[in-house]
Amino acid sequence: MTYSKPLIDDIFGGIRPAARALDKAATTIQGWYDAGTIPQKHWNDVIKTAKEFDHHLTPDDFFPVKSPDASSFGYPFEKRHCLSIDDFHRPDIETLLSLGEHYLDLNVQKNPDRSVLKGKTLINVFFENSTRTEKSFELAGKRLGADVISMQIASSSVKKGETLLDTAATLNAMNPDILVVRHGSSGAPALLSQKVSCSVVNAGDGMHEHPTQALLDALTLRQAFDGQIDGLRIAICGDILHSRVARSNVKLLNMLGAEVRLVGPPTLLPTDADRWGVDIFHEMKTGLKGCDVVMMLRLQLERMSGAFVPSKREYFHFHGLDRTKLGYAKDGALVMHPGPMNRGVEISSDIADDPDISLITQQVETGVAMRMGILHALSEAQDRSKGANR
Amino acid sequence: MSTLSIANARIIDPASGYDDFGTIVTRDGRIMAFGPHVQTEGDIIDADGHICAPGLIDMRVTTGEPGRENRETIATAAKAAAAGGITSIVIMPETDPVIDDMSLVDFITRRAETAPVNVYAAGALTKGLDGKTLTEIGLMSQAGAVMFSNGTSPIAEAQTMRRLLSYSASFNALIANRAIEPSLSKGAVAHESDLSSRLGLTGAPAAAERIMAERDVALAELTGGRLLIDMISSAEALEVVRRAKSRDLEIACSVSINHLSLNEVDIGDYRTFAKLDPPLREESDRLALLEGINDGTIDVIVSDHDPRPAGEKRLPYAEATTGAVGLEILLAAGLSQVADGRLDLMAFLASVTSNPAALLGLESGRIAKGAPADLIIFNPNAPWVCNSDALLSRSKNTPLDGRRMTGRNLKTICKGRLVFDSSH
Repeated sequence: MTYSKPLIDDIFGGIRPAARALDKAATTIQGWYDAGTIPQKHWNDVIKTAKEFDHHLTPDDFFPVKSPDASSFGYPFEKRHCLSIDDFHRPDIETLLSLGEHYLDLNVQKNPDRSVLKGKTLINVFFENSTRTEKSFELAGKRLGADVISMQIASSSVKKGETLLDTAATLNAMNPDILVVRHGSSGAPALLSQKVSCSVVNAGDGMHEHPTQALLDALTLRQAFDGQIDGLRIAICGDILHSRVARSNVKLLNMLGAEVRLVGPPTLLPTDADRWGVDIFHEMKTGLKGCDVVMMLRLQLERMSGAFVPSKREYFHFHGLDRTKLGYAKDGALVMHPGPMNRGVEISSDIADDPDISLITQQVETGVAMRMGILHALSEAQDRSKGANR
Repeated sequence: MSTLSIANARIIDPASGYDDFGTIVTRDGRIMAFGPHVQTEGDIIDADGHICAPGLIDMRVTTGEPGRENRETIATAAKAAAAGGITSIVIMPETDPVIDDMSLVDFITRRAETAPVNVYAAGALTKGLDGKTLTEIGLMSQAGAVMFSNGTSPIAEAQTMRRLLSYSASFNALIANRAIEPSLSKGAVAHESDLSSRLGLTGAPAAAERIMAERDVALAELTGGRLLIDMISSAEALEVVRRAKSRDLEIACSVSINHLSLNEVDIGDYRTFAKLDPPLREESDRLALLEGINDGTIDVIVSDHDPRPAGEKRLPYAEATTGAVGLEILLAAGLSQVADGRLDLMAFLASVTSNPAALLGLESGRIAKGAPADLIIFNPNAPWVCNSDALLSRSKNTPLDGRRMTGRNLKTICKGRLVFDSSH
């Protein structure tokens, strides 16, 4: 998103000619270079002056959809990958959330600056089937102007015996800029990231992490609670053991100052989860007490046949969210679910469909915006590091 | 309003250690007052100086209902229990169909509504006792199942046992598992010893019991589940429990009355009525187990009532079924060991009243103001000879037939009603 230098160089041919033409101090122009953007109050001057140089600029050229804080707290976002919430510190998260918030505006989202990922290639590499995450990344990439291709590895070369690293080498030879990877094995995207020369976004790996889901959940919460996640009491309920969403959310929500609780039957809670900085409950009644948000997780039905929990009936009776159990939470508590839902297993339909308490549709909506924000930040970090190497 | 007084009794309450002569007054199924200076009210039973103690609680009773009513029904078992001084029985899920669903728990409860004693159901740990698929432990607990058991077969897989203990922990449910390492005990019909090898019988070593007990103790420690090591029979397994308890682990352990009364020599001449599961072991094991009751290592004595018609018993030793009836034996056989000086009376009574009550979460099993009026009056010194034909149980399979016993139940009062009287 550093457009000011190429723009000025192109029209005026450098700092000093630009300073003379615009009748401004050279240090001001230097400031624009450093910031990468031109403050709005100077746009009219620049457009007028550019006309004299035979350049017809419109406000769009100033990238009017500038991210609010690409470098919040003075920390520029410099991460190459998005593999785990652990990769980011608080200012990074603030940057990502502000960018996501920025793209949440439908006007911006539908008419974004397509130069953000212009000339870049985004490859969706999904070793596991997915609809919403993959399409959400595809849409985000396309809206930002990238060339997007999606590869369903699950049904291709891996079946023919190709190893992950072979796939990595193949993909790398296509010179992509961003790889979005989902894999059934924990840590696979991290391994891939060591073998490719582009950015890697983890779109879910085994039972490890799903950082973009956690970010979009945080963004949804910010919207619902006027920007205040700090101090919220959030219960994450259900199959924590198999959930990558839970792991990412615990880290992120803790970082953002929420009080996180995990509620589920002991067989679906990881051993020593109490050392994650959360409170553990086995009963919905005590676990939901005073909660502002109840985040339900999908019960992985395929793993359910008497091994971890006895039956859907018993699971819903003790751990499924219905009106009675929601009544244990704070009045007006909101409900989230990363989808896809098992209605009547972990959540009753009337709650899932109640627009007053369910944030589930908002979560999907936020998904595209948040992913646009993440792609934006990564791409900008790439440009910045390329600039630094030059 | 029905009032019943027991006068002239030696009142023993193992829960509090109370032991004094006096009177007990009960009203509407509850104990109202007891002690030396209590006045009698209403109907009066003269205990004639005999012991009045809480009614026994038997945590392991198998019936044939539903499915095998020729062995025993809930009604006949309850009648036998009342005669034996037992006022609460826990029915094992090993029926046909298996009690692995809340509707079946409900069935047992309904069938027992007219029974003279309290009947509770134990739910199955796994669907159809397959040892693999978890049952609806939460829903069955709510339906009234007081504990969970896999019947006579152990949970073989450690992972399954781990999940069971872990899952049930949130319902605070008691999980009973037999201490049998299945691969070591495969095909065994006796204790592995000098005697069984002379008899040409395949034996299960005591180590098979110890290994499983060790495994379950470790899993209970890992998960925080409530474990009952069901019916140990060897000194080795007892040692495992003793060590676990010395580390303050909340683990309970039971033993069957048969293993306190008999040893492997009783199967000599291939007496199939003494073919039991776990097998009768050596005399040193029996003495160790008795000591385990006295020092509190073993929490509970069960009758392991397992009625079998003669047709299933009168077979060549290896083909005969295991099991013995015990409802009318438990108290008398225990008192016989007390009379022999092997067992402490108070420790014995605790292991059949207050200890099982605490494990099952029952309010009975003690003599206290407000507690249920489940009481028995017994003569600890009465000599008698066990005659299997005189047993009330539908099946008569007992290895103690013809055995001289010391101590016998005289009267049983359940919920304030006299349900058994030996003088009639």
